[in-house]
Amino acid sequence: MQWETVIGLEIHAQLATRSKIFSGASTAYGAAPNTQACAIDLGMPGVLPVLNEQAVRMAVKFGMAIEAEIAPYSVFARKNYFYPDLPKGYQISQFELPIVGNGHLDILLDGEIKRIGVTRAHLEEDAGKSLHEDFHGLTGVDLNRAGTPLLEIVSEPDMRSAKEAVAYMKKLHALVRYLEICDGNMQEGSFRCDANVSVRPAGQQEFGTRTEIKNLNSFRFVEKAINFEVERQIDVLESGGVVVQETRLYDSARDETRPMRSKEEANDYRYFPDPDLLPVVVEDALKEAVKAELPELPDAKRERFKSQYGQDQDNASALTASRELADYFEALVQESGCDAKLCSNWVMGELAGALNRNALEITASPIGHERLAGLLQRIADNTISGKIAKQVFEEMWQGDATADAIIEAKGLRQITDSGAIEKIIDQVIADNPGQVKQYLGGKDKLFGFFVGQVMKATQGKANPAEVNKMLKEKLR
Amino acid sequence: MHNKTIAELARGLRGGEYSSRELTGVFLGRIQRHQDLNCYITVAEVQALEAADRADAQLAGGKAGPLTGIPIAQKDIFCSRGIKTSCGSKMLDNFISPYDATVVEKFHSAGAVLLGKLNMDEFAMGSSNETSYYGVVKNPWNLDAVPGGSSGVSAAAVAARLAPGATGTDTGGSIRQPAAFCGITGMKPTYGRVSRYGMIAFASSLDQGGPMTRSAEDAALMLQVMAGFDAKDSTSVDRPLPDYTTGLDDDLRGLKIGLPREFFGAGLNSEVAARIEAAVDEYRRLGAEVKELSMPSLQLSVPVYYVIAPAECSANLSRYDGVRYGYRCADPADLTDLYTRSRGEAFGAEVKRRILIGTYALSAGYYDAYYLKAQKVRRLISEEFQRAFAEVDVLMGPVTPTTAFGIGEKTADPIEMYLSDIYTIAVNLAGLPAVSIPAGFVEDKPVGLQIIGDYFTEAKLLNIAHRYQQVTDWHGRIPQGYE
Amino acid sequence: MSLTSEQVNKIAHLARLGIDAGDVDAYARDLSGILDLVAQLDAQHTDQVLPMAHPLDQAQRLRPDVVTEENQRELFQALAPQVEEGLYLVPKVIE
Repeated sequence: MQWETVIGLEIHAQLATRSKIFSGASTAYGAAPNTQACAIDLGMPGVLPVLNEQAVRMAVKFGMAIEAEIAPYSVFARKNYFYPDLPKGYQISQFELPIVGNGHLDILLDGEIKRIGVTRAHLEEDAGKSLHEDFHGLTGVDLNRAGTPLLEIVSEPDMRSAKEAVAYMKKLHALVRYLEICDGNMQEGSFRCDANVSVRPAGQQEFGTRTEIKNLNSFRFVEKAINFEVERQIDVLESGGVVVQETRLYDSARDETRPMRSKEEANDYRYFPDPDLLPVVVEDALKEAVKAELPELPDAKRERFKSQYGQDQDNASALTASRELADYFEALVQESGCDAKLCSNWVMGELAGALNRNALEITASPIGHERLAGLLQRIADNTISGKIAKQVFEEMWQGDATADAIIEAKGLRQITDSGAIEKIIDQVIADNPGQVKQYLGGKDKLFGFFVGQVMKATQGKANPAEVNKMLKEKLR
Repeated sequence: MHNKTIAELARGLRGGEYSSRELTGVFLGRIQRHQDLNCYITVAEVQALEAADRADAQLAGGKAGPLTGIPIAQKDIFCSRGIKTSCGSKMLDNFISPYDATVVEKFHSAGAVLLGKLNMDEFAMGSSNETSYYGVVKNPWNLDAVPGGSSGVSAAAVAARLAPGATGTDTGGSIRQPAAFCGITGMKPTYGRVSRYGMIAFASSLDQGGPMTRSAEDAALMLQVMAGFDAKDSTSVDRPLPDYTTGLDDDLRGLKIGLPREFFGAGLNSEVAARIEAAVDEYRRLGAEVKELSMPSLQLSVPVYYVIAPAECSANLSRYDGVRYGYRCADPADLTDLYTRSRGEAFGAEVKRRILIGTYALSAGYYDAYYLKAQKVRRLISEEFQRAFAEVDVLMGPVTPTTAFGIGEKTADPIEMYLSDIYTIAVNLAGLPAVSIPAGFVEDKPVGLQIIGDYFTEAKLLNIAHRYQQVTDWHGRIPQGYE
Repeated sequence: MSLTSEQVNKIAHLARLGIDAGDVDAYARDLSGILDLVAQLDAQHTDQVLPMAHPLDQAQRLRPDVVTEENQRELFQALAPQVEEGLYLVPKVIE
C-alpha cells in the first residue's frame, strides 16, 4: 500500500518588541524569575490590557511579506483554560478574525519551487514557564514570558514530506529574521513549531486522522519527529488499527513521539471576543508605512544575486539564507572590488567552514568583510596563491591582523619572477634525473611530482600557473 | 457637619470654618458609632488623617480644588494601594492591593480624603448586599430591609451620613437601585467615561464606576474628578471632559421627556408608580413636555443581561486560582484540587451560579444560541434607545418595581432577584448614562426616579436632576437615628 | 431547558469550581431557571443583526513599544501564597 503524508505546521514566532503585547514590561530574555512580570502580566485584580503598536506593525509586515490579506478589522478573543503559567485563566488570542489572512511561502527543494499556503497568522500573548524540577514535589512558575507577543503562523496542510516541512520552516525562519520581527532563536524559544501529521492511502482525497506534535525546537527534531510519526501511523493503520487524534510530544533521546499525559480531555476553550479590547483597525496609513519599511525579501534577493553576481541557484540560495550573510557577501564584493565568484567561493567555502566548526553565526565572525576583502584582493592581484591564502586566512582568524601584515611578516609573497622560478625548476630537474627519464618515457603522472618538488623548494610560494607553464616547456 | 453636602463642606473648608482633620474626625467617629450597620470593611484611619493634614496644608496655601479635604469612601471594588481590597469576597480577604485604581488615584490627586473601603455584594454580583462575605448590610431607613446592591453599602453609608459621598459601580443597576432604595442620588456614567483600570472586573462591557451622593450637585463634583480618558483602559473614551458643575441651574423649558410604556407595566408597585408620576408632574411644572413611547425590546433586557454578564464574569474570575494572590485552600492534593477547592471554598453561591451559567453559555455548542444571540439582541435594544432619543431628550421611569424588600426575602429564588433588575439593565446593555434621584417615600421607604440620557449627556442629566432637587426636598431627608 | 446534575458537574469542572455534592441539584434547578428565562431570546429574529460587543464604536488604541514597568517582584510576591526563589509554587504539573 502506498501512503501519502500530509503535514501542516503551526509556528509561534516571538515578536521582537521591547515591551509586552499588552503591558509595558520588558521582553528581554534571561532575567531573574518574575522580575519582568508586571501587574497586568500577573493578572492582578482590576488590570486591563493595552495593545502594543509594534506588535501590530510586525504582524502587518509579515502579512505583506507573504502576500497575504491584511484584515482591515480584527478582533482579540479569550481562549479559556486553566494552567499555572496562564495567569488570567485565559489567553488573549485571535479566533474568528485574525489580523493576517491567506498568504503563501515558496520553498525550494531539490531544485524545484513549491508553493506552501499560509492559512492565517494571528497575534496572541505568550504564557509563562513552568519549571518542573523539584521544589520538593512542587512546580515553580516564572511569568516573565507571560505577555510576550507571539505571531502564530498556520500553514495549509500542503506539505507532503518531512523534508518539505523543514524547508518551509527554514524559509519561514529566514523570513522572520529578514523582516527583523523575530530573532528566530530556537534554543531560547523565540521560534516554536507544532506539526500536524496524518497519512492517507495514495490517491485518497480525504485526509486521514491527524496528530499534533508539540514544541519542536530545532529543524532536526522536526524532521525526525515527523518521520517517526509517519512510520508509527502507517504501522498502526497497516495492522488494522485507527490513528487516535491526540497531542504528542517528541522525545529526542529516544527518537519517538508519545502522547501528552495532560491532554486526556479535549479542551473546550470557550472562545469569545475579549471585552477589554476593541477591534483592531489597520489603517491604510499604517500599511503604507510598513510597506515602505519592507526590506528586499529573500526570494527577490536570491534572484538578484543570480543576475547581478552571476551566482547559480544553489549558491544564490545559500548566500541569501540569512540577511546578515547576504549583506556580508555584498559588502565583501563592494569592498574588495573582486570577482563575485571569488567572493562567493570564499564566503561559502573557507569562511562558512570556519564558522561552522566554531559554531558561530556570520554576525560573530572574527573576520569582518573589510579584512576578508583585503585577503581576496591579494589573491586577485597574484600576490599570493589560493593555497597560501588559506594559510593567511587561518592566521587572520586567530587575531586581527590584516592580510597584508601577515603576508609581509611571514614572507608569503608568491614568487612570480620567471627568472627565479626557472632557476628552481632547473635545480629540481638536475636533482631528479631518474624521474625525468621516466616522465619523458611516458609516465605523465610524474608531472605532479615535479610540481610538488618546486613547491617544496619554494615553501609553496611559487606561482602555480608559472610553474606549470615552465615545467611543461622544460620537460619536453 | 455630617449633614452638609460636599458642596457645602467644600465652601466651609475653603472659608476656614473647620479643617479637613476635624471633618475627617467627625466621620471617623460616626463610622465607629454605627459599626452595626456593617458598612465599612476597612476604615483607613491613619491614611485618612494623613490625607486630611495634607489637604489642610493645601487649603492654607490657597491651592485647594473643589474636593480638597473632602472625605470620600470607596466601594471595596476599587484597588487601593496598601489597603485591603476584598471585593466583598473571601477570595480577596487577604489581598492588600499593590496599586491604586485610576479612580482612586484621581481622588488622591484632587486632595480628597479616603475614609475607608465599603462593603458590597461579592464581586458586585447581587442586588441586595446579601451576598457579601462580610455580612449583610441594613438599609438605614428600615433595618429589616436591604439597601440594594451591589453598591448597596455605598448608598447606605451616604444615607446614614457615614461619608458625604461614595463611589459605586453599576453593571446592571448596582448604583441606581441602591440609590433608589436608600434615598440618595446615584449616577452611572456613559460606558467609557470613567476608567475601569483598577476597578475589579465583573462584566467588562457593562461595568462603569460612578458617584453616589446626597445631591446632583455633589454628584457633579465627584464625577468631575472620576471621569476622563485613561490610557491604561482600552475601553476608555478619549473625549474632552465638560464642566459638570456649570449648567446645573439651566432652564428645563422645552425639555422633552419620554416615558416608555414598558416601564409602567405589570409588576410595578402602584404606590411606587404614583410617586414616579408625581415626579414627572413636577417636571411638567418646570416646563418639560412629556410623551409616552413604546420600547418593546426592553423586555428582553433581562435575558440578554443574564447571558452576557455571567459569560464575561466567568472568564474575568478565572484569575482567582490561589496561585499568585488571594485565597488558597490548605494542602492541595494536586493542581486540579488547588483550583477547585480554592475557588470552591472562597466564592459564594451567587458568584458560583454566575460562573456556571457563563461557562455554560460559552461552552462548545452553545455559543451561537446563547452568547452570540444575546449580543445581537443587545444591538436591537441599543438601536431602540437611539430611535427614542430621536424623539425625546431623556427617558424617565422607576428604578425598581418596589421599595427595598426585606432581608432574606428574595434569596430563596435568584430568578426573582434578577427580574427586579428590569428597569436598569437595558441602560448598561446600551452603555447609556442614567441617574437615580430620590422622588418620595412609600411606607417610609425611599423611591427613586430614573432619568436616562443619550451618550455623554451627563451634564444634562445632572442639570435635570438638580432642578428637581431645587423644588423638592426628598434628597435632604435623614433616616431616623442617623441625624 | 433543564440541566442534569451531570451537566452541572461537567461545567463546574470546566470552571474549576468546587461545588458540594449536596448543592448540585440546587444549582441544576437555579441554572435551569435562568436558562428558561434566557429562552425568551429564541423568539427574537436576529438573522441580519450584527452582534454588539461594546457600546463604543471605536477602534483599539495602540500603545508605543516602550518599557514602562520596572521590577516590583518583592511587592507582588508579598501577596503570594507560596513562593520560592522568586517562583510561584503549585502542586507538580505532569506533562
